[in-house]
Amino acid sequence: MSFLNFFNRNRSAPVARERLQVLLAHERAFAGRSDLAERLQKEILAAIAKHIPIEGDKVVVRLERGEQVSTLEIDIEVPEQALAR
Amino acid sequence: MSKVVVVTSGKGGVGKTTSSAALGAALAQAGQSVVVVDFDVGLRNLDLVMGAERRVVFDLVNVVQGDAKLPQALIRDKRLETLWLLPASQTRDKEALTEDGVEKVMDGLRARFDWIICDSPAGIEKGATLAMRFADQAVVVTNPEVSSVRDSDRIIGLLDSKTRRAEGGEKLEKQLLLTRYDPARAARGEMMKVEDVLEILAIPLLGIVSESADVLTASNLGFPVTLHNPASPAARAYADAARRLMGEEVTVTTPKEKKAGLFGRLFGKRVAA
Repeated sequence: MSFLNFFNRNRSAPVARERLQVLLAHERAFAGRSDLAERLQKEILAAIAKHIPIEGDKVVVRLERGEQVSTLEIDIEVPEQALAR
Repeated sequence: MSKVVVVTSGKGGVGKTTSSAALGAALAQAGQSVVVVDFDVGLRNLDLVMGAERRVVFDLVNVVQGDAKLPQALIRDKRLETLWLLPASQTRDKEALTEDGVEKVMDGLRARFDWIICDSPAGIEKGATLAMRFADQAVVVTNPEVSSVRDSDRIIGLLDSKTRRAEGGEKLEKQLLLTRYDPARAARGEMMKVEDVLEILAIPLLGIVSESADVLTASNLGFPVTLHNPASPAARAYADAARRLMGEEVTVTTPKEKKAGLFGRLFGKRVAA
C-alpha cells in the first residue's frame, strides 16, 4: 500500500473529476428546482399533520445524492398519545 | 458588426478582470476597436488593472442614470489608441444599474466599437446577470478546481436561459478560458487536466493560461499582460485566444511542464512548450 502511495501520492484530480460529474448531473437535472427537497418536505409534513399532530422540531430531513439514485429521508418522531387518540 | 462579449465565471478570483483586460488589449493590438466595460459596481478594479485608476471621472452608473454622456465616461488607453475603458462606479449600490439603462449604453457602445468586452462581477446577482444580458457570446473563465468548475456550470445554465439571445431562441456561443493552469501538477494528478474540465463543462475551448508570475507583475504595473510582456506564455495564450474570438483557426497548445527532468538537463533538451 505504501509502495503504491509513493507513486500515487496526492492523485486527487480523478476524485475531483468524479465528484463534479456526479454533482453536476444532479444540479443540471434540478436546475431551477433547487427548492425541491424543501417543497417535498413541506407537502409531506402537511399531509401527515392532517392526521397526526406533529411538532416541527421532531422532524429530521436528510438528502443523499447518489450516482444512480437519490434518497430523501424524512424521520418523524410521533408521540404515543398522538397515535392513541 | 460589433460583438458584445461577456467575461464571466460565477466564482470570484479566477481571473475575470485580468482576462478582460488582456483579451481587450490583445484585440486592440490586432487592430480592432475595443471597449472594456467594468460591471462590478461597488468594487471596480478594471481601471486599476488597466492602469487608468487616476483618470476616472464618470462611470457606468453615471451614464445609466443620465448624469453623464457616454463619451464623457469613456477613457482611452494611453498605450493603445483603439482600446477604451468604461469604468464601474465605486460608491453606489448595485441597484443603480437598470436593464433599460444598460441596454441603452450597450447600443451606444455598439455604434462606436468592434468589440464590447463586459467584465462581469462574481456571483449570480443583478450585476452578473446584467453583464451577460445583452451578450452575443461568452467567455467562461474557469480554474481547474472543483468550486470554480461547479460555478461555471451554473453560469453556463444562466447564459442559456437568462440572456436576451437565449430568450429569443438565438444561439449564444460560449467558450472556456482555463486560467491558473499548472501543467506540472496536472501531470502528477494533483490538478484536473484540461480534458477533465472540458468533458465536464462541455463547451469549446478558447484558451489555456498557465499560472504565471507575468500576470501578477503586469497587474502590479497597471498593464494588460499582452502589453507588458507580449512574449510571455500568458500573453501569447491571451493573444491566441483573441485571434480565436476573431474567428481565426488557431490550434490550442496545452502547456507542458517547464522544468526539464534530469535526462533533459543532461542532454540540453527543453521539455517546455
